[in-house]
Amino acid sequence: MEILEYAFMQRALLAAVLVGITAPAVGIYLVQRRQALMGDGIGHVAMTGVGLGFLLSASPVWMATAVAIVGAVVMELIRWYGKTRGDIALAMLFYGGMAGGVMFINLAPGGSNANLQSYLFGSLSTVSEEDVTAICLLAAFVVLVTVGLRRQLFAVSQDEEFARVTGLPVRALNLLTAVTAAITVTVAMRVVGLLLVSALMVVPVAAAQQLTRSFAATFAISVAIGVAVTIGGTATSYYQDVPPGATIVLLTIGVFIALTVLATPLARRRARAKAAAESAGDPAECSVPAQPVART
Amino acid sequence: MSKHTASGDAEAVIALRKVTAELGSRPVLRGIDLTVGRGEVVALLGANGSGKSTAVRTIIGQVPVTGGDVEIFGTARRRFRDWARVGYVPQRTTAAGGVPATINEVVTSGRLSRARFGVLRKADREAVARAIDLVGLTDRAKDSVNALSGGQHQRVLIARALASEPELLIMDEPMAGVDLASQEVLAATLRHQVAQGASVLLVLHELGPLEPLIDRAVVLRDGCVLHDGPPPRAVGQHALPGHDHVHPHDADAEPVRTGLLT
Repeated sequence: MEILEYAFMQRALLAAVLVGITAPAVGIYLVQRRQALMGDGIGHVAMTGVGLGFLLSASPVWMATAVAIVGAVVMELIRWYGKTRGDIALAMLFYGGMAGGVMFINLAPGGSNANLQSYLFGSLSTVSEEDVTAICLLAAFVVLVTVGLRRQLFAVSQDEEFARVTGLPVRALNLLTAVTAAITVTVAMRVVGLLLVSALMVVPVAAAQQLTRSFAATFAISVAIGVAVTIGGTATSYYQDVPPGATIVLLTIGVFIALTVLATPLARRRARAKAAAESAGDPAECSVPAQPVART
Repeated sequence: MSKHTASGDAEAVIALRKVTAELGSRPVLRGIDLTVGRGEVVALLGANGSGKSTAVRTIIGQVPVTGGDVEIFGTARRRFRDWARVGYVPQRTTAAGGVPATINEVVTSGRLSRARFGVLRKADREAVARAIDLVGLTDRAKDSVNALSGGQHQRVLIARALASEPELLIMDEPMAGVDLASQEVLAATLRHQVAQGASVLLVLHELGPLEPLIDRAVVLRDGCVLHDGPPPRAVGQHALPGHDHVHPHDADAEPVRTGLLT
C-alpha cells in the first residue's frame, strides 16, 4: 500500500474517515427535521471564519469552528423568533458569510483567493498535523453527541411539539444540534471543502433510506456509506490526481443511484407481498354485508 | 350526576381561568374557563377558528397566554415539570419524519418523559410494548411508520402518548382522517384508559364514535365558551357555534351517557 507510506496521506485518510463518520451522523438529524440544506448554510458562514483566520494569523480551522458555531446559533435563533421572512434573514446570513470570507482573505497579508480554494473544495496535501489534532477532537465531540443523545435528538427532530410536552429541553437540544452541525462542517472542511460538506451530510442518509425501515439501521448504514466513500474518494483522488471533495461527492451520489435502482424492485415486491397478506381474508369482490355495520 | 357540573378546583387536573391568548396580535382566546376533573372525559368542541386547538396549546405551553391562569394538576403551568403524567397527541396526519423510523422507535420517544437522559430499562421497554399492544399494532412494531395508513398513524401517535403511562391525556383531533377500523381501536383504547382512571381532554370537530365516553362538553365560539355541560345531543349543525344551544332538558331528562365507563 504505497498510499500509506506518505505522512500527508496518512493524515488525509484519517481525516477522511472521521468526516465519513461525523457528516452522516449529524446529517441524519437535519434530514429528519427537513433541514437538509442547513449544512450548506453553515458552510457558507464558516468561510468568514477561514478568512478571519488568515487575517489574524490564527488557525483557520479553529476560527472557522468559532464562526460556524455563532452562525448556526444565529440560524437557530432566527428559526425561533423570526417568523416572518426568516428565509430572507437566512439568505443574508449565508451570503454575508461567503462575502466576508472572500473579503477577509483578500485583506490578509499575502492572502489571495487561491488560499481559499483549498477550503472551498478540499485538498489532501494541505491537511496539517495541527489540522488532524483539531479534527480528532471535534469529531470525538460530534460522535459523543450524535450517538449518546440519539433518543433525545430523535424525539426532538421527529416531532418538536410533542418533545416539548415530554419535558425534554427542546431549545437546548436544538442548539446542540446546530452547534454539532457547525462543528461537523469544520471537521469536513479540509477534506471535502466547505461548499461540498452538505452533500456528505445528506446524500449518504438519502442512500441508506432506500434500504431501511428503522432509524437505527438508517444511521448505521449511512455512516458505513460515509466511511466507504470518503476512503474510496481519497484514494481515487491520490491515484488519479483529481480533487478529493468532488470525487467523494460524486461517488456518494453514485452510491445513492445504485441503491435506488437496486431497492425499487425490492420495495415493490415487499409491498405486493404485504398487500397479498392483508387481503388474504377478504373476498376479491365487494359484497353486501349480511347486516349493517353497527355504530359504536 | 356531579360529573356534569365542573368539579371543584381541588380535584381539577386541568384548570384554565380567564385565559386569553393571541396569535400574531389577533385575539384567539378571550377569557375562557375550562376545567377537567380527575377521571373526567371532556370534549372541547367548536368550528374551525373557534380557538379550541389554541386552548389546548396554551395548556402544553406551545402558545403563550396573555392573561389568566393555566394550572395542571394544581400547579401553575410555568412551574409544572412532571410531564410524565401528561400524554399528548398533537394534531397530525402523519407520525413520520424525514427519515424512516419504526413504530417502536416513534413510540419509544414518548417514554422519554420518564427515562429523560438515562438509559432505557426493562420497565421502559415493557411500557412501550404495552402501549403498542393497546392500539393493536404489536405485529407491526418493527415496520416503518411511512408504510402505515392514516388511521394507523393516529394509533401510533396515541401509543406514543400512552408510553409514559400518563394520568392525563390531551388529544387534539385524534379522529381526523381515521378509517372505521382504527376509530374503533381508538375508542376502545380510550375506554381502557378511562377505566383505569385517566382524565381526558379531547379536541373534537364532532362527537362521533367517542360520544358515549364523553362526560362533559365545552363548546367554543370566537374564543369564548358558549356551552359547558352535558355533551350536545345532536351532533353536526346543532353542536356547532352559531346554533344557540340552550339545554331546555335537564340532566334527568337526558340520560347520562357514561355507560361505557362502568
